[in-house]
Amino acid sequence: MIEIKGLSKSFGKKTVVEDVTLKIQAKAITSFIGPNGAGKSTLLSMVSRLLDADTGEVLLDQSDVKKMKSDAFAKRVAILKQANHLNIRLTVRELVSFGRYPYSKGRLNKEDQKFVDQALEYMNLTDMQDKFLDELSGGQKQRAFISMVIAQDTDYILLDEPLNNLDMKHSVQIMKILRKLVDELGKTVVIVLHDINFASVYSDRIVALKDGRLVKDGPTHEIINSDALREVYDMHIPVQVQDGCRICVYFNSHN
Amino acid sequence: MRKNSTKLIILAVIALICMLLFAFYNIQGGFSYAFPKRLERLFAMVITGTAIAYATVAFQTVTRNRLLTPSVMGIDSMYEIVQTIIYFALGSSSIFVVSRYLNFGVSIIAMVLFALILYRFLFRADKHPIFLLLLAGMIIGTLLGSLVTFMQVIIDPVEYESLQARLFASFMNVKTELLFISAGIVALAFLYGTRILHKLDVMSLGRDNAINLGISYDKMVLRILILSSVLIAVSTALVGPITFLGLIVSNLAYQYFATYKHSVLIIGASLISIIALVGGQFLVLHVFNLTTTISVIINFIGGLYFIYLLLKESRKAG
Repeated sequence: MIEIKGLSKSFGKKTVVEDVTLKIQAKAITSFIGPNGAGKSTLLSMVSRLLDADTGEVLLDQSDVKKMKSDAFAKRVAILKQANHLNIRLTVRELVSFGRYPYSKGRLNKEDQKFVDQALEYMNLTDMQDKFLDELSGGQKQRAFISMVIAQDTDYILLDEPLNNLDMKHSVQIMKILRKLVDELGKTVVIVLHDINFASVYSDRIVALKDGRLVKDGPTHEIINSDALREVYDMHIPVQVQDGCRICVYFNSHN
Repeated sequence: MRKNSTKLIILAVIALICMLLFAFYNIQGGFSYAFPKRLERLFAMVITGTAIAYATVAFQTVTRNRLLTPSVMGIDSMYEIVQTIIYFALGSSSIFVVSRYLNFGVSIIAMVLFALILYRFLFRADKHPIFLLLLAGMIIGTLLGSLVTFMQVIIDPVEYESLQARLFASFMNVKTELLFISAGIVALAFLYGTRILHKLDVMSLGRDNAINLGISYDKMVLRILILSSVLIAVSTALVGPITFLGLIVSNLAYQYFATYKHSVLIIGASLISIIALVGGQFLVLHVFNLTTTISVIINFIGGLYFIYLLLKESRKAG
């Protein structure tokens, strides 16, 4: 289990994350939501040690993440950030093979190849595994990167706005795959989302941040209601139930 | 498209032909005298060539920029300034000039220190745009260059003559005693350098992805910057500055091999580098009859290539 204890981070004088404490539930999808600049991505970066926290600590199964060996951590927790511009030319398969680096250190054995094959299969990329990334559409590229993270075979998968720049069809596709990762393979997924309805429909728990502080943390149905959402977003967000899904209809809202 | 292994073999064959030509072509004045001399020079070129190739490719991977090289950032100017200060302040009869070892040691330490200060200043956590880095490097290089010129103008003309000989890369009068120290340092550096080739592959995915895959990124960046500064410093102290060689060979290697694998890129760049140096030196000796020097030729071609790359980059950005 991942525990976040009193994490804070400032850039210059601006405090971006302030004293956040929470537990990430295992084998579930947890979504981080909140307005722009709430500190969601910063929090995720600190949990995944891309960024050093000013104060506080992150515990993975009771041990301090900072004291773990970096390759041991890479076998437990994977992180994918939103901007993935590469300045080298790779095929899909080459990229996904990089996911095995923590295990293979660059020399892939049969078992590594099997994981790569499975990861490609899982993201429906087997047919285009020999294509170069720069020949792919945004959605396909995103799937290739997620596929790399799957090949990494970690218990925890952290994703920073994986739906950015994706159309509806591909967004749904990716969320369904994440759901499968949790339900079938028992992974724990933590995801930063902008679209509150994707958070509502697909996640088990929601963590809401605002101005760097934790404002809500609970099961999805407790957060997706007008009162709780007003606290997070400062606006009236009507919630309707459609086919068992709680949908926020905020498009024409009058405070 | 040829396979990369075939391409490597082709380059290796060309490099070998260049080396054989250089060693045996038109040998005069007694084989037993000329041949060992030629072998020494050849050895110096192979060491310098591979050191510059490794240093440049590794440096460009960690800075994620194919236009910057340690030389372009001003390490070469630092060499010039150290030599000039020694001549200016102490004169050509000082122990720092006469003792090759001392001069070698002082130059290397100054260059590596300079590089580390520069990197600390330029590659802090906040990201600078590429062209700002490049510009800053160029400006610092020019500033040091102007200081050098200033001192050279007021220096004694006889001293200046002797200084000048040190500031042009030359394989003609390589000192044997430095050759073995340099070879030793470069060999030690490669001992570590070859072990991190796969790490360099992963680091070319960028900081976030590399950390995700278990690389201690910031620590590795520092190590690689030190490694490449040492390599460049050694080769500069051994033969003098060849500013644009690294830039040419790394970019030709990227273009020719089109791979992310550093094992291939670095061997390829080293071979290209050896071909450029040995082939170039052969031309200087037998075509230009020593009317020019190798560093002039390489800096001329390299400078043109650099402008071409800059134009290509800016067109892509625009």
